[in-house]
Amino acid sequence: MIISIASGKGGTGKTTLATNLALSIGKCQLLDCDVEEPNSHIFIKPRLIRSRSVSLPVPKVDDKKCTYCGKCSEVCQFSALAVIRKNVLVFQELCHGCGACSILCPVDAIWEVEREIGVMEIGQAGDVHFIHGLMRISEAMSPPLIKAVKNEAEKDMVTIIDAPPGTSCPVIEAVKDSDFCVLVTEPTPFGLNDLVLAVEMLRILEIPFAVVLNRSDVGDDKVDEYCEKEDIPILMKIPMDRELAEAYSEGIPFVEAKPEWKEKFADLYNNIIRMV
Amino acid sequence: MKSITVISGKGGTGKTILTASFAALAESKVMADCDVDAADLHLILKPEILKEEVFLGGQAAKIDKSKCIECDRCLDECRFDAISENFVVDPIDCEGCALCYHVCPVEAIEMIHSKQGRCYISKTRHGHMVHAKLGIAEENSGKLVALVRKHAREIAERENIEYVIVDGPPGIGCPVISAITGASLVLAVTEPTVSGLHDLKRVVGLANHFGIKALVCVNKHDLNPAYTRQIELHCQEVDAEFVGKISFDTVITKAMLNAQSVVEYQPDSSVSEQIKSIWQRVDEVARTLP
Repeated sequence: MIISIASGKGGTGKTTLATNLALSIGKCQLLDCDVEEPNSHIFIKPRLIRSRSVSLPVPKVDDKKCTYCGKCSEVCQFSALAVIRKNVLVFQELCHGCGACSILCPVDAIWEVEREIGVMEIGQAGDVHFIHGLMRISEAMSPPLIKAVKNEAEKDMVTIIDAPPGTSCPVIEAVKDSDFCVLVTEPTPFGLNDLVLAVEMLRILEIPFAVVLNRSDVGDDKVDEYCEKEDIPILMKIPMDRELAEAYSEGIPFVEAKPEWKEKFADLYNNIIRMV
Repeated sequence: MKSITVISGKGGTGKTILTASFAALAESKVMADCDVDAADLHLILKPEILKEEVFLGGQAAKIDKSKCIECDRCLDECRFDAISENFVVDPIDCEGCALCYHVCPVEAIEMIHSKQGRCYISKTRHGHMVHAKLGIAEENSGKLVALVRKHAREIAERENIEYVIVDGPPGIGCPVISAITGASLVLAVTEPTVSGLHDLKRVVGLANHFGIKALVCVNKHDLNPAYTRQIELHCQEVDAEFVGKISFDTVITKAMLNAQSVVEYQPDSSVSEQIKSIWQRVDEVARTLP
């Protein structure tokens, strides 16, 4: 069972939901796939078990063999190689690691070396097995690191995924293969606009989903109306609560600040199970 | 012409709220919404589209079954597991690298630009705005961001406009890097939480990496004054100027519900005064930069 937590708009409460859900359902694993700005560890406070470097293959050119024919830069779809007279320039940050340049080089002058794009940390906090990725600052591409985090996950364990914001490649990498996705939003024009985009994305990916409305009393009824029209269940409403916002600011999980919510998160989980 | 990009690292700290107010406050500006996969600035600025351009971003492979001899070459070489056992390409998994197209011995594979986005040049009550919509579930948002920036810059140069003000995306990855490329300075908006500070450090680190001057402000500063103080201290350590704080106030949501920036909705509110003072400082610093 894989449940991912996503949202179009940032800052709506993905991490709040993912961490509190993980803390309320017994033995499970939490994967923080927002590798650009991971925050789940702040609330889960896992004991670090191990960490490892995550890398991507990038081309390295053998000057002795290279004939500077230009084939590599011609086939590279990502402009990661340029041949200028007797020089092959490699722009490592642009490389997607597809291998086209080395496989298609007519004189076998290109081999691949590993380049670190980030690290992965694996830990444990009580019942929660925890994995997150931390992308190296100045790296452009997060999907390979997200994929690595997901590959590291234990099989056959209830899995909660904290996804990055948005609706493009990093989110897709994080949520694909989920059994269910929860979209967290807030009842504001921004929240609605970005929810609609996230819904369109999940429909393309064919992942079943529902909505959790955070700060449910701050805005208007448009998200409710949209969900009713589109037949999207709203599984939970979390009202704006200054005390909870303050606990969040200190890195204290919701269910610790207000233990009575633990049951509500457990119910939320049971509702999801029933829907899958 | 100077370019200012508003970023945050963490999502939902108030980038668009602030950018929309800057649109009302700056005298001579072109607005650019570079959060192309969850764009919101248009909800406040209500642009009237003047010109629309189709953006061809990535591409995906397509296998012609009538030509395919099922030799497995494409399957063996694809590193993105995008080709199924029965030789169908999943356009979402396909990275568009075209390696399969090159290795196919019978030319059964075609690369198709199916992935699209749109870029718009619009006018608003606060002047020109360039914005975009990335196709749903698509990639290459960094390239679309670059296109938005390019159009905004062209308008500013043509009309002798002082500022391009960019609403940036969250995170620190490719769209953010693209949104801060060429910026005279960045303004990072954060919130006084453990997460906000954690993410701020990374995004200011990114600006430093590219040698771009970073200014910092805190939204909802009174939610946790101790953390606001910590953020100020961090700014001193990393030589990022702290340019102001904004109170935790419902007027921000009310303005949004009214499709207005805060400084238009309640120009005399204390939040508006705080935003004006932040803009004033950003403007002063920008003027000193080359």
